[in-house]
Amino acid sequence: MNWEYESPRKAYGETLIELGKEREDIVVMDADLSTSTKTAMFGKEFPDRFFNVGLQEQNMMGIAAGLARSGKIVFASSFAVFATGRAYDQVRQSIAYPKLNVKIVATHGGVTVGEDGASHQMIEDLGLMSGLPNMRVIAPLDSNEVRRVIRFVAKEDGPFYVRLTRTALPNLTSGEDEFEFGKGRVMRDGSDATIIALGIEVSYSLLAAEILKKEGYDIRVINMSTIKPIDKDIIVKAAKDTGAIMTVEDHNIYNGLGSRVAEVLVENYPIRMHRHGMKDRFGRSGKWNVLLEHYGMDDKGIAKEMLGFLKEVKK
Amino acid sequence: MSSIDPEKVKELKRIANDIRVWSIKMIYRAQSGHPGGALSAADILAVLYFHEMRVDPKNPEWPDRDRFVLSKGHASAAYYAALAMRGFFPEEDLLTFRDVNSYLQGHPSLMVPGVDMCTGSLGQGLSAGIGMALAGKMDKKDYRVYVLLGDGEIEEGNVWEAAMTAATRKLDNLVAIVDRNKIQLDDFTDRMVELDPLEEKWRGFGWRVISINGHDVTQIIRALDEARKTKGRPTVIIAHTVKGKGVSYMENTAKYHGKPPQNEEEYERALKELEEERRKI
Ligand SMILES: Cc1ncc(C[n+]2csc(CCOP(=O)(O)OP(=O)(O)O)c2C)c(N)n1
Ligand SMILES: [Mg+2]
Repeated sequence: MNWEYESPRKAYGETLIELGKEREDIVVMDADLSTSTKTAMFGKEFPDRFFNVGLQEQNMMGIAAGLARSGKIVFASSFAVFATGRAYDQVRQSIAYPKLNVKIVATHGGVTVGEDGASHQMIEDLGLMSGLPNMRVIAPLDSNEVRRVIRFVAKEDGPFYVRLTRTALPNLTSGEDEFEFGKGRVMRDGSDATIIALGIEVSYSLLAAEILKKEGYDIRVINMSTIKPIDKDIIVKAAKDTGAIMTVEDHNIYNGLGSRVAEVLVENYPIRMHRHGMKDRFGRSGKWNVLLEHYGMDDKGIAKEMLGFLKEVKK
Repeated sequence: MSSIDPEKVKELKRIANDIRVWSIKMIYRAQSGHPGGALSAADILAVLYFHEMRVDPKNPEWPDRDRFVLSKGHASAAYYAALAMRGFFPEEDLLTFRDVNSYLQGHPSLMVPGVDMCTGSLGQGLSAGIGMALAGKMDKKDYRVYVLLGDGEIEEGNVWEAAMTAATRKLDNLVAIVDRNKIQLDDFTDRMVELDPLEEKWRGFGWRVISINGHDVTQIIRALDEARKTKGRPTVIIAHTVKGKGVSYMENTAKYHGKPPQNEEEYERALKELEEERRKI
């Protein structure tokens, strides 16, 4: 497909600068990864409102809480593994529980981190953050959406977790679109089955749907950027319309998108579903696209997984 | 002070040079990795694996072996090079570093023969080292435990929790080495967190402190000797180093912390400079 690719991290950095110009009370924090997360772009523009605390993720989250309690809107960034894993208790006790105005924007979510390997490939963050009361969780699907989401969380009071990926992503939405918090979006209609995906897996799911079309299946593809609160209606409607749902995520199939969708289905409209993604194992080193192929999470892999699932369901 | 055989010193220098060459080759081929901190740690790794440590490459899990934790796990290229040259696995495998089908993971992993601990998330290795040192005392074994830390890494609070505990427990079988290259990922350490007076900090935490030039193999050998003779408390060696040591354009800059040589020309230049360095040994 003729997609334009753009770095979501750069979109984040650019949006921070815009916000910094509009509002005096926005401060940005990082823990020695600012050249990677792109918060350095804000730091260059607004050195007095940028706190790069060094290799101290836990300290960063605590300081962010103190800044927020004193009236600042705080964006705190690191890699997903360190922002949510290393600093989990600080996020829980000092940000989520007091419901403070801290936006945790983490880059390098998922196995598509690539060569750095399992230690850096965060596949549990959506679960960790969704499990926290008061925390709202968003994983934008492209760089245009990153811009909208960053603007949205800046103006909404209270804590958010925003998960970005390392690699460039194809822009599937236009710059003009509105961000609808808590709403999924049908990216491609279909009646035989539904794929619900998030982040980098949305584009691969669209490509998989093209492969499946050649196999005679008409697949609906839904983008679920907001995983908490999740869009119940769009899931139930897909269940009723298509009778089979598969989730695809660059995350463990436990506690992420798949689990959230399963909860909605079981409570509202139980049908067969299948969870695809990292199947409860740590990743490994490799180029990000090679890894997606390795774990069956590229277009071909997703199509194959869906065919296997459909064979079972439509028996 | 006992004298050290000059031939031995030369040999260790050559090994350190080989580690640097391998690191550059591995990282360039993978188009991914961390040259700066690999090059600064090469001399320390050479002395540890080819002089100081008691290991058996044929039996990597030998219960009496000395332990090593590369707490600054991103220097994996240099670490794997040392392990391969020491005989833990074939040197040709080094050129599969970071590939999807390779066991040579981007950061140290127990998949790799000779690796004692998974690392990569900074600030945790000294704790694991304490566990190994405590177990050694419990089991009445005389093995020693070495932990290599980055200077940016020691900004993590976990390191200082471990520092207090190691001293409290009088772990004289534990040696921490800080690769004091004065640079972390984003910038110079002193522009981010004031680490100095570093020696005094460790001393205040109850450690024996030895400051050395971390590129002088004789000084590294002597410091490790001193550590072995120190009883009743752990030793930290503050190894003053140069980030990117041996490749001029990588020296003293954060730019090549996590970036391979940027093109064929830079790659060739790195190898040429290391070759010249070798001829001087
Ligand atoms: C907990 C944690 N936070 C962030 C990182 C990302 N990171 C990798 S290396 C590095 C800088 C390390 O600097 P230093 O310890 O001085 O290493 P050296 O200079 O020896 O390469 C950072 C921030 C990490 N690996 N772990
Ligand atoms: Mg350093």
